[in-house]
Amino acid sequence: MSGQTLKLKPVEPPVQLQATLEPVWVRVLLLGLALAFVTLFLFIPLVAVFSEALRKGWGVYLAAIQEPDALSAIKLTLIAAGISVPLNLIFGVAAAWAIAKFEFRGKNVLLTLIDLPFSVSPVISGLIYVLLFGAQGWFGEWLREHDIKILFAVPGIVLATIFVTFPFVARELIPLMQAQGSEEEEAALVLGASGWKTFWHVTLPNIKWGLLYGVILCNARAMGEFGAVSVVSGHIRGETNTMPLQVEILYNEYNFTAAFAVASLLTLLALVTLALKTIVEWKTDESRQRIPQE
Amino acid sequence: MAFLSKNRAKARRVIPGFHLSVGFTLFYLGLIVLIPLSAVFIKTFTMTWEAFWHTVTSERVMASYRLTFGASLLAAFINVIFGGILAWVLVRYKFPGKRLIDAFVDLPFALPTAVAGITLATLYAPNGWLGKLLVPLGIKVAYTPLGVLVALIFIGLPFVVRTVQPVLEEAEKELEEAAISLGASHCQTFVRVIFPTILPAVLTGFALAFARATGEYGSVIFIAGNMPMISEITPLFMITKLEQYDYAGATAIAVVMLIISFILLLTINALQAWTRRRQTAGRE
Repeated sequence: MSGQTLKLKPVEPPVQLQATLEPVWVRVLLLGLALAFVTLFLFIPLVAVFSEALRKGWGVYLAAIQEPDALSAIKLTLIAAGISVPLNLIFGVAAAWAIAKFEFRGKNVLLTLIDLPFSVSPVISGLIYVLLFGAQGWFGEWLREHDIKILFAVPGIVLATIFVTFPFVARELIPLMQAQGSEEEEAALVLGASGWKTFWHVTLPNIKWGLLYGVILCNARAMGEFGAVSVVSGHIRGETNTMPLQVEILYNEYNFTAAFAVASLLTLLALVTLALKTIVEWKTDESRQRIPQE
Repeated sequence: MAFLSKNRAKARRVIPGFHLSVGFTLFYLGLIVLIPLSAVFIKTFTMTWEAFWHTVTSERVMASYRLTFGASLLAAFINVIFGGILAWVLVRYKFPGKRLIDAFVDLPFALPTAVAGITLATLYAPNGWLGKLLVPLGIKVAYTPLGVLVALIFIGLPFVVRTVQPVLEEAEKELEEAAISLGASHCQTFVRVIFPTILPAVLTGFALAFARATGEYGSVIFIAGNMPMISEITPLFMITKLEQYDYAGATAIAVVMLIISFILLLTINALQAWTRRRQTAGRE
């Protein structure tokens, strides 16, 4: 309300003032509850995965992850992620560009629609492709006549993976590009740069960390998706099993050590994802601090 | 394109790529999300209303709704309490291992659901690390509705923490200091000053955790035991229908679940808008 007068930013005290700090017993109680919750729900399960996988020693563990079915599951998982992540990356950049740089009617509806796959149950995400490409589905007859297999084959798994990971990159980029505005791009364009040049040299360096963050999360979900892929895969061993489906089959056959061995690889992937995510968060904090406050 | 270029908005646009980016976004959205999802609704129209109603209200489905939504509500509520405490501790206290715990909060997002499922089932089985302690006390978790609850608490854990944490960080210390120095107790300060600030974020986290839990499949099926009428969740019932080639039946239940998801999505959007208004209003 003070108009254009200079506002002095109060210097924040490095440590919390004593007055607002709760009594010791409250602090100890809250910290104890938080640590107990985290231990019970995060740390014990994490340790359990590796402990179960190595229960019979390294030899059995290494044999389990080198088994032909396990290797083919790893390959299929890499294929599914390798196709769905780049496609959703291109979509994410296009959607963020459209929403952040332009004003148009129906923008909020578009934002909500982009979020849709997040709020749909994984089982329904698989079911929709059964309805489209299954034997009784819309394109079922046509596909059979032309001898194209989508359902219970690799294309179905890829489609289901694209669907469940659809919003990840867009979700990270839209708020970031909205916050950055388009002054820098406008300057580049006025100075004569082409549209693509502006994108590569101005926009991309500004959004690189957010982009990486979105890709990391998208990849983790793509490699770990279970429900949707389970509906469309048909569970053919060595052919249409991804790593999570291989974990399920081994577990249901009471082959617990092998199930946890494959699961441990997915857990390592989760840990790498968390580590990268933390690094990217530090980097974005750093670059945000480098931007001078208005 | 020609008629659009006469548009008033276009005249002011300097940034290129409007048609390309909006066009590609709509094309990809339609192809990947909208057309496939519409198949669910169109398939349901092939059923008579009586058949549809009979399918979505049969005794076994009703039992699965009660379990799915009951356990999801309870799990989201438990996550509000413990997630709220965790966010509070992470923002306001200093303790060793804080950064590590902060990073691990997102584990349920990053860990594939099937891995979470088999791990929780193994831990809480009668001979598992935790089952061994609980079963002698008469608490059976694995293969009961309680197992469903445990899995849903796990997958919903990050939501409340991650929505409340930034709001607590941004909350103005001055208000709290003023309340304390004017003689309010810590309890009063929390209820009257801090809680109203974080309420929209808490509700958003609750709704996100609840929405995620209602559709969850992978982490639940291993620990639930999946007994019809007792520990069978709605997503699993859809799978059962599909395996019996009852596509119409599975689709009818999917429509019910989708409508509930849409309502939740709109609620979450409204709650997030409220959170943002609260935060910006606080800064002015």
